[in-house]
Amino acid sequence: MTKETLFVDLAVKEDVLHAALSGEIDHHSAGAAREKIDAALFKYRPAAFSFDLSNVAFMDSSGLGLILGRVALCEEMGIAVRLLHPSPRVRKIFAVAGVDRIKNLTIEA
Amino acid sequence: MKAKKTNELKLTLPALSANESAARAIVGAFCAQLDPTVEEIADLKCAVSEAVTNCIVHAYGGEGGIIYISVSLFDDRSITVTIRDRGCGIADVPLARQPLFTTNTDGERSGMGFSVMETFTDRLTVRSRIGEGTRVTMKKCLS
Repeated sequence: MTKETLFVDLAVKEDVLHAALSGEIDHHSAGAAREKIDAALFKYRPAAFSFDLSNVAFMDSSGLGLILGRVALCEEMGIAVRLLHPSPRVRKIFAVAGVDRIKNLTIEA
Repeated sequence: MKAKKTNELKLTLPALSANESAARAIVGAFCAQLDPTVEEIADLKCAVSEAVTNCIVHAYGGEGGIIYISVSLFDDRSITVTIRDRGCGIADVPLARQPLFTTNTDGERSGMGFSVMETFTDRLTVRSRIGEGTRVTMKKCLS
């Protein structure tokens, strides 16, 4: 059993699912995070989903895949998505993929 | 005048996702002796992560194999990292390097691995042979 490198804290408040990620988002950690978040999205079907990235210490394009995959899923489910507090490093990865140009996606500093 | 190699690290790791973090940390630690900025080392570690992940996910299709990493430091403050595998190889390298292109079908891979590598390093070369493997060489010139 290897040490966990990514923690996902979930909370539901007033029809908003909040997910706070802390640690490293890479291919190794993305799968479990995806399962946990998707399970909550399907269970609660909130009106909105907020993805707090303030404690993401590392992210590569697998992290992009995790985030963009959730954005796509929320769009399918009619759930509004907000990405919160991406660090300058995370923003740098976002810039490579043009995440800031995605329609209907709010990124809050 | 050609730069002189001052130090070198060679490393092999099984293509396990648990080793992605270790590969980043080891390459980062080795390059620390050139006193890179925080940003430079973070860029390099991210690029390494992408290449290593490609070996695990694509080259060996999640079935495991060996990843060969070598890091060379030069007296002009440049770093060359080579990440090599003996996996399935890439049929069309220019296509693979296009942003958003991925052979993945479950919708979870962003197809941005090579784009990130290109953005975060100063030169990227990819050589591959079907059925034999792939070699990714990245050069980063420190300030």
